[in-house]
Amino acid sequence: MAATGIEVQGVSKSFEDFQALRDVSITVPEGSLTALLGPSGSGKSTLLRVIAGLEQPDSGRVLISGQDATRMRPQDRGVGFVFQHYAAFKHMTVFNNIAFGLKIRKREKNQTRDRVHELLDLVHLNGFADRYPSQLSGGQRQRMALARALAVEPKVMLLDEPFGALDARVRKDLRIWLRRLHDEVHVTTVFVTHDQEEAMDVSEQIVVMNEGDVEQIGKPRDLYEEPANEFVMSFIGPVNRMGDAFVRPHDIEVMLEPNGTSKEAQVDRIVHLGFEVRVEYTLHDGETGWAQLTKAEADQLELTSGQIVYVREGEARVFDPGDRKAPDDGDEILAQG
Amino acid sequence: MRNRLALRFVALGYLFLLLAAPVGLVFWRTFENGLGPAWEAVTTPEAQHAFWMTLFMVIVAVPINTVFGVITALVLVRHRFPGKALMNAAIDLPFAISPVVIGLALILVYGNDGWFGGWLTEQGIQVIFSYPGMILATIFVSLPFVVREVVPVLREIGTEQEQAASTLGSTWWQTFWRVTLPSIRWGLTYGVVLATARALGEFGAVSVVSGKLSGETETATLFVEQRFHQFDLTGAYAASVVLAMMALAVLLSMNLVNSRRRS
Repeated sequence: MAATGIEVQGVSKSFEDFQALRDVSITVPEGSLTALLGPSGSGKSTLLRVIAGLEQPDSGRVLISGQDATRMRPQDRGVGFVFQHYAAFKHMTVFNNIAFGLKIRKREKNQTRDRVHELLDLVHLNGFADRYPSQLSGGQRQRMALARALAVEPKVMLLDEPFGALDARVRKDLRIWLRRLHDEVHVTTVFVTHDQEEAMDVSEQIVVMNEGDVEQIGKPRDLYEEPANEFVMSFIGPVNRMGDAFVRPHDIEVMLEPNGTSKEAQVDRIVHLGFEVRVEYTLHDGETGWAQLTKAEADQLELTSGQIVYVREGEARVFDPGDRKAPDDGDEILAQG
Repeated sequence: MRNRLALRFVALGYLFLLLAAPVGLVFWRTFENGLGPAWEAVTTPEAQHAFWMTLFMVIVAVPINTVFGVITALVLVRHRFPGKALMNAAIDLPFAISPVVIGLALILVYGNDGWFGGWLTEQGIQVIFSYPGMILATIFVSLPFVVREVVPVLREIGTEQEQAASTLGSTWWQTFWRVTLPSIRWGLTYGVVLATARALGEFGAVSVVSGKLSGETETATLFVEQRFHQFDLTGAYAASVVLAMMALAVLLSMNLVNSRRRS
């Protein structure tokens, strides 16, 4: 069994009348890259800040490398923290930002300089040492913030929506870069995101959170294929509802003739997204949904909007009705693309 | 174009009539009879003592207001406690209350018949009609400036940089010196300059608590008044000019700081 990087045991936290965390327990294996995934207000950032010591839990314990850190001050925990809005020291150059932790630890000057240049290399910011944060792009600032956190060789790295303030292109580049960096540096890393594609792309383990609770913990693929409940299924990847059942759009078959259990549907709209084609339809009973086809499949059917087709769910899931509600934020589900 | 010129004319005309002309006249009247009499008037032992008194007040009151101003601003911005709104309002009291009233209030507390005036006198400490009272009055009137300049800057920078510093191993004190203070330095400088200018020009409160003992508890502004009442107009104008120069130097240094910030 892998050693434990971080262990959170039964942590609860309230802010005035809002309960941010309800008896949360998670385990993060040493050297792993774990994502805390959930909609806004799910408690994921609070959990990260509790691990960092920036928030005190009302109850429960936090262990870092097997050591009880619950009552430790942030500066004694050996964590690196990266903020969504970079938290760059605006009055310091890139060099001094990265050197901050080393100067606090009163490292020798030469040693500090070598270490900073090593990190500038690592985050591809050579030549930027004398710039100020205001002279950097968002992506560069965030890489600087990462280097600053890595400089003191933290036991764990905590990233709070690290790419949340960046535009889509830079986001994608940076998350590939983050994964490569993690392969190189191998420090236990936890990052918070509300973007399930980002979580699945980067992490080895995902903790799905909702309303202060952990809904499921698992590998990205397991969560996608074996979601524990309605919430996880609809949060990790797109989903259609057919009566009580939940179906992934790629598990919906679109046919021109009725066949067995197929249902009649009218095509509302056809969206071409390159290789993927989305067919949005309305069933007889008024229920709407969409099927995900490949371009070749769609071309073969020669669909037009308004046309009557027959849809059949391949693999559908039915959860206990007592389970949680699906997230209402439609955008986040469709963002999968 | 015409509108813009008119606007400029109104602004400059207003400034000239109300600010530049009276101050300019003081300068003109001072050197009416040449440099000699003016120089003599401000180099008498009495005058020199008055200028030193004013400088002394500034040197003591401004640093105290700077330190406590920063602490107060930190508490106002970063802490939540009952009575915070009241404290916030109290900071502006020196703006709202006439300096004369402030002076009288100090006498009520520290005067011989005041709250602890009697007790202090027994300990051999005289506050009223002496330096401590004058310093208290100067502190009182120049108190809001640092707080009022630092609070918005603290709000703007937020706490993330400080949190980042703490995760990097920095203690509260290290974070304050390395992150918070450098981040608020421009607002702080501005506040210090304004407080200094205010302390230099203080008249009302100090006039009430000082007893105006010439050559002892007389500051530059009190000296100007005293000369004026003695019909020594040259002396009064010359001392005014020196005071104005001191204040101008302070304001210019602020502009210098401001232009440095922009570059």
